[in-house]
Amino acid sequence: MTAIFDPWHWFVSGLMIALVMFFLLMVGKNFGMSSNLRTFCTLCGAGKRSDFFKFDWKSQQWNLVVVLGAVIGGFIGAKVLSTDLAVAIHPKTIEHLNSLGFESAGTSYLPNELFDSLVFSNLKGLMILVVGGVLIGFGSRYAGGCTSGHAISGLSSLQWPSLVAVIGFFIGGLTMVHFIFPLIF
Amino acid sequence: MRTLIYLFIGIIFGITLFKSEAASWFRIYEMFRFESFHMYGIIGTAVGLGILIKKGIKLFNITSFYGDPIVFTPKNKSVSRYLFGSLIFGLGWALVGACPGPMFTLVGAGFTPILVVILGSIFGTFLYGLLKDKLPH
Repeated sequence: MTAIFDPWHWFVSGLMIALVMFFLLMVGKNFGMSSNLRTFCTLCGAGKRSDFFKFDWKSQQWNLVVVLGAVIGGFIGAKVLSTDLAVAIHPKTIEHLNSLGFESAGTSYLPNELFDSLVFSNLKGLMILVVGGVLIGFGSRYAGGCTSGHAISGLSSLQWPSLVAVIGFFIGGLTMVHFIFPLIF
Repeated sequence: MRTLIYLFIGIIFGITLFKSEAASWFRIYEMFRFESFHMYGIIGTAVGLGILIKKGIKLFNITSFYGDPIVFTPKNKSVSRYLFGSLIFGLGWALVGACPGPMFTLVGAGFTPILVVILGSIFGTFLYGLLKDKLPH
């Protein structure tokens, strides 16, 4: 039973994500997390500025509950089901991150350089978080879905738009890591 | 009752995202450097099983727990929105190492700076809503 406290094997993780999708289907819902960002906009009154946000947000209430669950799950995963939060990434990745100035690679769950509360007094770090967030929000809505809606759910129903989207996610990600990271770090 | 089911599914999802390390910035970075199979294994397993699940639902006409038919809404046939939108998403995903599921999981895990990412992503969605009609879809 101690295995549950260790990081989960990729197969167990993939199985659990597929089960989450399955149970959502069985209660008549489609897996997709980025839709919630639109609902948040509507809740903040964005319907006054664009018709895109004029929809009955109550139809998405269930998804907000799933998000609340994901927050609680994160708490349980980190505080109850984990003893050591270090992520054992590949030694080559660690070496490379160290050379970029990420000292915390291999010793923590997220890089301290971006996700320690010290970042609130670090303009560059804050800018990275804001810009990254804006790109994610803008891009996922433009693409009509994110990792859950396209990569998992869309590919599972063999939809070619989702395949195009997943290829796009990767081109974007590879560009960031291989060409833009060397410029900003 | 239904609300409790959604909450339960969300909790399982959140635990999985955290324990699989899919919510770790480091794993996303490692994935884009092709230095580990971990993330590919997670996504590959989820998609492989997902295909079987969706095929099975269609093949056996499985209805939801409430007896309703399970419908898969096909995505609109277009290339530009999926390609341009996903490129932008990919840039952000690699930069902050979190997508719209894991970012909420990380709030629960106690990483407060992720709230900046969430606010940014809500603002990004708002920007899309404003510019939607001017963008190629």
